[in-house]
Parts: sequence; C-alpha cells; structure tokens
Amino acid sequence: MIKLQNIHKSYDMGSNKLHVLKGIDLNVGQGEMVSIMGSSGSGKSTLLNIIGLLDNHDEGDFYLDGMLIRDMNETKAARLRNQFIGFVFQSFNLISFKNAVENVALPLYYQGVPRRKRNKTAMEYLEKVGLTDWAEHLPSELSGGQKQRLAIARAMISQPKIILADEPTGALDSVTSMEVMELFKEINQSGITILIVTHENDIAHLTQRIIKLHDGLINSDHKNGHHQPLNVQAIAV
Amino acid sequence: MFDLDKWQEIFNTIEKNKLRTFLTGFSVAWGIFMLIILQGSGIGLQNGVENEFRSSATNTIWIWSGQTSKAYAGMQPGRYIQMTNEDHDNISKTVKGIDKMSSRYQIWNASTISYNNEFGSFSIRTVHPDYLYIEKMQITDGRFINKMDIDEYRKSVVISTKVKDALFKDEDPMGKYIQVNTVPFKVVGIFTDEDGRDENMQVIYLPLSTAQRVYGAGNRINTLAVTVGDASVEESKAIQEDIRSRLAARHKYDPTDDRAMFLWNSVEEFQKFKSLFASIRLFIWIIGIGTIIAGVVGVSNIMMIVVKERTKEIGIRKALGATPGSVIGLILQEAILITGFAGYIGLVLGVGLLELISKQIDTPFFRQPEVNINVALGATLLLIVAGALAGFFPARKAAAIKPIVALRDE
Repeated sequence: MIKLQNIHKSYDMGSNKLHVLKGIDLNVGQGEMVSIMGSSGSGKSTLLNIIGLLDNHDEGDFYLDGMLIRDMNETKAARLRNQFIGFVFQSFNLISFKNAVENVALPLYYQGVPRRKRNKTAMEYLEKVGLTDWAEHLPSELSGGQKQRLAIARAMISQPKIILADEPTGALDSVTSMEVMELFKEINQSGITILIVTHENDIAHLTQRIIKLHDGLINSDHKNGHHQPLNVQAIAV
Repeated sequence: MFDLDKWQEIFNTIEKNKLRTFLTGFSVAWGIFMLIILQGSGIGLQNGVENEFRSSATNTIWIWSGQTSKAYAGMQPGRYIQMTNEDHDNISKTVKGIDKMSSRYQIWNASTISYNNEFGSFSIRTVHPDYLYIEKMQITDGRFINKMDIDEYRKSVVISTKVKDALFKDEDPMGKYIQVNTVPFKVVGIFTDEDGRDENMQVIYLPLSTAQRVYGAGNRINTLAVTVGDASVEESKAIQEDIRSRLAARHKYDPTDDRAMFLWNSVEEFQKFKSLFASIRLFIWIIGIGTIIAGVVGVSNIMMIVVKERTKEIGIRKALGATPGSVIGLILQEAILITGFAGYIGLVLGVGLLELISKQIDTPFFRQPEVNINVALGATLLLIVAGALAGFFPARKAAAIKPIVALRDE
C-alpha cells in the first residue's frame, strides 16, 4: 500500500538547510495498523505529511497503492487525498462554524456528492462513532473525545484506503484515548490501513507494528512485542 | 459558477460569519452611498442654477436706457436717454445676428385690472410677439400677441393662469373683456411660465402699439430685448457692441459711457455659470473618486483579513481534498456576492435619500438632486471588481499554502 525508498526531505531555514528525513525505506501493506514513534524533531510528522501528500519529498521514490508519486501538482494531490487518505489531527481541525454533520460531510462535498445524499451518509458515520445525538452541535459544544470521534468519522466518510493520524490522542485523557484507539482498531479490522504518529508507548503498543524514528532515520521496525533491528547500517550512522 | 451546491456552501459560510460579512458589506455600501449622495447633490446644485435661468432665454441681450455720466459733443452729463420705436426698427434692420426681438413699455401708473366684480393688481407688460420666446412662456390656451395686434392696434390681452384664477375663477376667459386701467381689452390667450415665479406670473401682456396709443406713451419704449440664436460668447459680445455703438450714435452720447445705456448679456452670464458648473462637477468627481478609492482600500483590507482568518479553514479543506481552484472560487464568489449585494443596498439607500430630499427641498440653486444611473452602476461594478481582486491575491496565496503550514498548531 505504501512503499518508500530512500526518501529525503529538507527545509530551508533561512541560510542553512534543515535535513529532516535522511533516507527512509518503509513498506506498509494493506490492512496494517502501524505506529510511528520518535522524539520531537525526529521527522515523524514530516514523514506522515509526505505520505499524506500534504508535502513533497526531495529525493527517493514513493509509491502509493502502486502509483509513483512525483512532482504532484496541487490539484492532483488534492484529488488523491480526497480519494485515498483520511486525516486525523491532534488538534482535531474541525471547521468551527460548521456543525457536526456538516463537518463530516465536507469530504463528500469535494467529491461532488449532492447535499442531501452526503448529509445522509454523514449521519450514518456519526452513528458509527456514537454521535447521532450531537449531529446539530458545533465543535465548540463537544468534548475532546467527541471532537476526535467526529474527526475520525470525517476521515472515514470518503472510504479511504489509508487513515493517517498525527498524535490523535495527544489532547485526550487516558480513558478517552483508549476509546479512540478502540475505534481505530474497529476501522482497521474493516481492512483500512492506519498509520498513527505518537510518542506515547501505551498507545503504540495497541498497534500491530511499531516504527521508531531517530534523527531522520528508521531506528527500529518491529512487530508489536518482538524487537527486530531492521537496518544495521542505518543504526550505525 | 451556477453550481447550486457551491452557492449553498457560500450562503452557509456567510450565515455563520455575520459580523465579518456585515463589516465587508458596510464599507462597500457606505462607499456607494456617499458617491450617490455627492453626485446627486452636485447635480441638484446644477439643476438649481439652470432653473434660475430657465425663466428667460439664455441667449438674450437686454438693453435699457439710463442717464449720461460723461460730457459728449458739447452736451453736459446727466441727460436722460429715451429709446423709441425708431431705435427698435433701426437695430432690427441694421444689426446682424439677431434672431428674435421685442421692445417693452412698462405702464407705471397703478394697474388695476378687473372683470365684472373681480379686481386685481398686476404688472402690465406691453411687448412685441417675439417676447413669447424671450421670456420662454408656454401658451395653455388661445395665442400670444401677434403681428396683427400690433399693426391694427387691437385691444388684445394675454393673461397668466394666475390672473385667470384671480379674475375668472372657473369661467372660461377666452373672448371676454377685462378692464385694464378702465380700458377694455379682449382676452385672446392664457400663458404659464414654467418656473412659476410670481414676478413672471402676476402679469398681463398687451400689444406694444396699442398700449402706446391708449396710455399716451407716444413712441417711447423702456426696454429692448434681442436673442442671438446659438451665437457663442464672442459673437454675442460683438452683437452687443454693435448695438451699443449704433444707439450711442443715434442718441449722441459717449459710447464708453456705461451709465447712458445698460446692456446685459445673458449668454456671457450663462457661460460664467456653465464654467462654475464645470468646476463643481470636477470637484464632485474628485471627491467621488476619492470615496471610491477609500471604499476599494477598505474592501481590500477586509478581504485580506478574511483570507488570513480563514487560513486554517482553507488548510482543513485542502487536507480533505479541496483543489486550489475550488478554494479561490469559494473566497472570490463570497467576496463578489457580498460586495455586489452591499453595493446594491448602498445604491438603493442613496437613491432613496435623494428622492426624499428632492421632495422636501425647494430652494433656489438646489433642485431635483438625482444621480446618473450609469455612474452609480459603474461605481458599484468597480467596487465589486476591486473586492474580487482584493480577495483574489490573498486567496491565491492562501490556496498555495501547504496544508501542513496552515494546519500547524499555534
């Protein structure tokens, strides 16, 4: 589903260059639930943005569902995002002046689905995350956990192949975090690939595979519970 | 553009952001409103001045005699000049460029005019037929003084609608005889003067020749009036000087003596007012354009703030699959809708206020303020385009922002 080969990414910080990703090789198959860990500045969010087509990589090959992604223009990237990828963010990123059902329905608006139909579909997804009673409420009237469930419903509605979650539990208490992770697991069981960026160990351990990033390189990649040093050379650097 | 769903999305956004919408709309509506009020006032001023001139033709030279103030050909100053019918005939024959011409003799003794038991005191003007055009009167019934009245010394009279109301009430005055200083005259016509000023309405007109004979004026006249067609200021001045020198020769006074004969050239006066209008109009345009520029700057500012405020929303929309084109379209269409609607509101309010004012105000030199609808529509269109442009550049910039930058947590 996701195939990365020697991905490099650097940012211009005025006069000097910040080399964030220094050659990432990664394969994620369909239906996997993977967590990406690493300290801040290790490049985990940048990696997620590149996979999510929110950012371009400088070097290397990136295949998404068998398609080579290179020099995407904005319009094409937007279409692919809409079709393939659902996003869940730490700060939820709901549109504050739209109510729950309108927020969930928004990706379908960009697919050209008629209003009535997309609101009906949105209600189905709200039911799946247990927010039917809150359909007419604005995000500001919801709790953190409810907001994140709303964001997950929004990520789901376009029936993506991949869900990318950037610190989805970062703003939630532990009980709510567990509820959200349960939701992700259910979604994963329906065959959707899920990538979660987190720095919390107990969250990472709820996934099947943990990838640890350090200083722009993959430090370790192991099935949950089994430590598997992947690339000896990479560690040596 | 006519995608119903897109409009629903826009109306939804507007409905949820009332204050922002109001502020944008207000600056546009205010700009248009001010422009219309200014334009309207300017035109009101112009209409007022033009109206002051409407009572008589704007191409007339008036001539009336005075008293000499300079010694000439052995004669002492202080001599009274008296014009006569011969002056009229001489000027009419010799001066070129004259279109219409009439003498006037004013009956000065108390003018009592009566019909049966109704009495009134009105001015009596005794004139030639051409006077109709000089004073720009409208005949509502019958006719004005004609050449046969003059030639045959007929006792005909033309009365104003006001005189008719005073003497005849509901009776038809045509063909009836009224007493003018105890002499009966037959009513042959009724006139009205469009400006409705009393001094031009409390008047009756008699044939000059008849009046001179009946009231013992001999061949004396007080005033001469000639129109000069569509002559320019220079041409009218040449005619004026021609008349002055001929009269000076006939009455033997110094042609430079400006107290012996008074000449008033309305072409020249009207030209002065015309250049005054031009200055007023220019002034109003400058202020109007200034107002529009202020409006454009206001709209641009607000649009930039709006786009900045919406950066995060745009980032979210892009992450969910909005293309840059759809983001720009959304912001632009909203900007155009708001500025268009607000511009229309300003237009309606401005025109409404002008209508109200024009009904209330009736003073000289300010009349019927109105606005050129093309100017108003043009200004509204300009503001819409400005709003769209002002929205377009920040919108394009916002659409080009990477979603990750827009979504970055503060």
